[in-house]
Amino acid sequence: MFDYESIRLIWWVFIGIVIIAFALTEGFDFGIGTLLPLLGKTDIERRVIINSVGATWEGNQVWFVLLGGAIFAIWPPVYATLFSGLYVAMLLLLFALFFRPVGFDYRGKIENPVWRNAWDWGLFIGGTVPPLLLGVLVGNLILGLPFHLDADLRSFYEGSFLALLSPFALLCGVIGLLITSLHGALFLKWRTEGVLHQRAQSAVAKIGPVLLVALAAATAWVFIGIDRPEITQMAGTAAPSNPLNKSVLAIGSGWAQHFQTYPWMILAPVLAFSGLALAWLLGKNQSTKGAFLCSCVGIIGLLLTVGFGLFPFLLISSVDPRSSLTLWDASASYSSMLLSFWITVIFLPIVLLYTRWVYKIIWGSITEAKVIKDSHTLY
Amino acid sequence: MIGEDIVMLSRMQFGLTALYHFLFVPLTLGMTFILGIMESVYVMTGREVYKDMTKFWGKLFGINFAMGVTTGLTLEFQFGTNWAYYSHYVGDIFGPLLASEGWMAFFLESTFVGLFFFGWDKLSKVQHLTVTWLLALGTSLSALWILIANGWMQHPVGAEFNYETLRMEMTSFPDVFFNPVAQVKFVHTVAAGYVTGSMFVLSISSWYLLNKRDIGFARRSFSIASAFGLASVLSVIVLGDESGYTEGEVQKMKLAAIEAEWKTEPAPASFTLIGLPNQAEQRTDYAIKVPYILGLIATRSISEEVKGLQELRVESVQRIKSGIVAYSELQNLRNGDKTELTRARFDEHKADLGYGLLLKKYTENVTDANAAMIEKAADDTIPSVAPLFWTFRIMVACGFSMLFIFALSFYYCATRVADQKRWLLRMAVWAIPLPWIAAETGWFVAEFGRQPWTISGVLPTHLSVSSVSSEQLWFSIGGFALFYTVLLVIELYLMLKYVRLGPSSLHTGRYYFEQQNTL
Ligand code: HDD
Ligand code: HEM
Ligand code: HEM
Repeated sequence: MFDYESIRLIWWVFIGIVIIAFALTEGFDFGIGTLLPLLGKTDIERRVIINSVGATWEGNQVWFVLLGGAIFAIWPPVYATLFSGLYVAMLLLLFALFFRPVGFDYRGKIENPVWRNAWDWGLFIGGTVPPLLLGVLVGNLILGLPFHLDADLRSFYEGSFLALLSPFALLCGVIGLLITSLHGALFLKWRTEGVLHQRAQSAVAKIGPVLLVALAAATAWVFIGIDRPEITQMAGTAAPSNPLNKSVLAIGSGWAQHFQTYPWMILAPVLAFSGLALAWLLGKNQSTKGAFLCSCVGIIGLLLTVGFGLFPFLLISSVDPRSSLTLWDASASYSSMLLSFWITVIFLPIVLLYTRWVYKIIWGSITEAKVIKDSHTLY
Repeated sequence: MIGEDIVMLSRMQFGLTALYHFLFVPLTLGMTFILGIMESVYVMTGREVYKDMTKFWGKLFGINFAMGVTTGLTLEFQFGTNWAYYSHYVGDIFGPLLASEGWMAFFLESTFVGLFFFGWDKLSKVQHLTVTWLLALGTSLSALWILIANGWMQHPVGAEFNYETLRMEMTSFPDVFFNPVAQVKFVHTVAAGYVTGSMFVLSISSWYLLNKRDIGFARRSFSIASAFGLASVLSVIVLGDESGYTEGEVQKMKLAAIEAEWKTEPAPASFTLIGLPNQAEQRTDYAIKVPYILGLIATRSISEEVKGLQELRVESVQRIKSGIVAYSELQNLRNGDKTELTRARFDEHKADLGYGLLLKKYTENVTDANAAMIEKAADDTIPSVAPLFWTFRIMVACGFSMLFIFALSFYYCATRVADQKRWLLRMAVWAIPLPWIAAETGWFVAEFGRQPWTISGVLPTHLSVSSVSSEQLWFSIGGFALFYTVLLVIELYLMLKYVRLGPSSLHTGRYYFEQQNTL
């Protein structure tokens, strides 16, 4: 039905969609975790915050699980290199995620302030560390990672965890955290009334400008200070996947050049900036739904910017450019990708349909009165 | 060459974290079904007590489910973090299965689990019941996909090595999906989950009955558990026997090790009920044997023989030698020699490439292996017998003990005298660990028995690991030890707390502690 080249491209788009879905949904769950101890002063306020995502965070998290599975299926070498290379970072990410399922579920099961307070900080870690680390990860994708492949295509990593924490990557980490916090605050504002609604709104007012400044700084940094390698020759976009069958020029023409070659790509950063700026401007005033939607647009724009910028690279190697993985030479086989394609085409709409149904059922403001009324069934 | 310590630590970490995940998985599998049954009765009869049962057992299920999700994340990460070469080598087959699990199962269970807990007042009775059954469906689909993946590792069909990409690639999805090993594995494991859920409900209900608390509630839970449990334990045993049979066909080495069948016996082989396997001298001391049985289990006939370890080892030597040829032709292909002859020879021997790779443990080049190395590699293909022999017997013993308990419980329930049989109730309380012991030993048999392979006959374990350092591994093992210990303590504490509270924890005003306080 498709040729190998198209299916590779389609899957690049699909994985992008999964990343976007993950960022948009789990993004506000993370933000809720970060804001929980900061905006909720009393136990009942905190319960309101938690229950604003109580019935749905679990389904949202599956976007993340699915993303892992999809990368494994579609770009096995990327999955292998990324997870084993960034071993310590990945485990820290995992350990931070541990706090979420148990935190949500166990916190309300015992009425003891020490217990509940401890879980609140657990949920804080579970909501704060992952976006920080994922931001750092994105920063390093832009900078390139120190790995190489040997002749058997076994991947070796030459860096350390601390080496990931370069100033640029840290800046990206901070941006990640600010974005999820903004997104979470907008969501919370939308779903609550009264004092929490107010606090969420003032959080939006504070986070917005910091985020925009950080984002502007990072953008300037990328265009001025970071090189981008360039593929000089490769086996072809429909050749069997073997990353070593290409040559790559270590120092290419830079990111600005890349966007100049494909001027339409500029749309992505424009969306990012305008979306997030509008989210802030609307959110610090009365708007709820509109501001949240703008934040969604901003996040999509930002992810597209990174994706377009890297294209066709998936992982850039900073020590052995030839080992860099691209969507043309690090993919699964044709038939395997086609199988995954059909499964996705069938199940993505079904998942979206029932997720929408669930949101419809549980939608409505969460108030203290409701939490008190259903004290024994809610989180 | 990859350090032995890296391989050992990676195996230890994966094995322990997988076994830990499987403390929670079978209870989720079983409880979602039992909740579905209870709620169905509620919807059909309209009697509140069945709704309370669904809610109370649902609370316990929730405590367990959170841990299932937490520990499942670990496994999903670990294929990449710790088995990177494996991920590259078989991602083409394995990845789509894991992704399917995400699309079809994880979304279903995780989306509806929220509604199960928070949707009672927002949904109609039938809608809520549907949600509960979708949750149960989700957990079983999850088991289906991951066990197809695991079954493929035991018996890799529908895939072929591609010398251009240096990895296995899928050639037939139907073959992978309808892999006989995967099918029996799925039914045996899911039935094991149902047994676990049933035993859990049976034991705790028995404890309430013994303490004369919430009798009506406990009696109804007890009868559902005993009926469902009896059906499930019968399936598990029948399907376990089926596992033995498929194993006799495709994993002869594992079967021979489980049975401590050192040498091929004349058909029909006898079954060693118990004995002391002695690996050094290749015999079983103090063996008590039951004639004919093994032959029947493994071959379903009395004339076929069951191959012993020594004979299977001879076959390994042959395949290793053939694997050397495959490896050397692979090198030629990679170096650009793509003549007909080279290709033909590679195709002829490539089924044994994995056996050639076994030599990588002793020499990087494989083709220069000497006779001693080949012998050592052949030794590696024989699993250690004693651990398999014993764990298998523990699983089977647990299975029959549970059959006994469920059968009696069901009988006395049907004759309406179960509450008076205090010895039976006491036995049921104490039997609570049995399904877990059986399931954990079962996995040990399945996975340890596959050694030295991660993908049977295709990819040796020692090549599958990531290029990480032992410091990194100790860091992760330390982290898991810390988190998993603390989490287990918390989980057990909550479980016990809610088991003790019983249905009073629902605050309906109808149950034991609430009545006590008001009196
Ligand atoms: C026979 C069943 C079975 C087996 C062998 C495994 N799992 Fe599992 N897993 C489940 C049955 C299950 C489940 C019943 O669906 C769980 C357990 C409790 C739960 O919440 O869902 C689950 C949860 C679960 C989750 C969380 C899903 C979510 O967010 O909802 C992940 C990521 C995994 N598992 C991954 C794995 C991997 C990578 C395995 C392979 C080593 C594995 N599981 C073995
Ligand atoms: C949850 C149930 C499971 C349990 C309890 C379990 C148990 C184990 C154990 C004990 C080991 C260590 C074997 C040894 O050290 O010799 C192991 C290894 C392994 N298992 Fe599993 N396993 C489970 C499910 C799976 C599944 C579903 C897969 C794949 C889909 C899988 C893949 C592996 C791999 C890759 C290894 C490492 C290589 C090896 O040592 O064989 N396991 N598992
Ligand atoms: C009583 C008779 C039983 C027999 C004959 C039996 C047989 C088997 C066999 C042969 C295997 C190995 C399959 C393989 O290597 O791939 C196995 C695995 C397993 N068994 Fe059993 N079993 C029995 C009872 C039980 C019980 C009572 C439970 C749990 C409640 C259980 C849980 C498991 C699990 C979880 C596995 C690993 C998954 C698998 O490989 O299917 N078994 N069993």
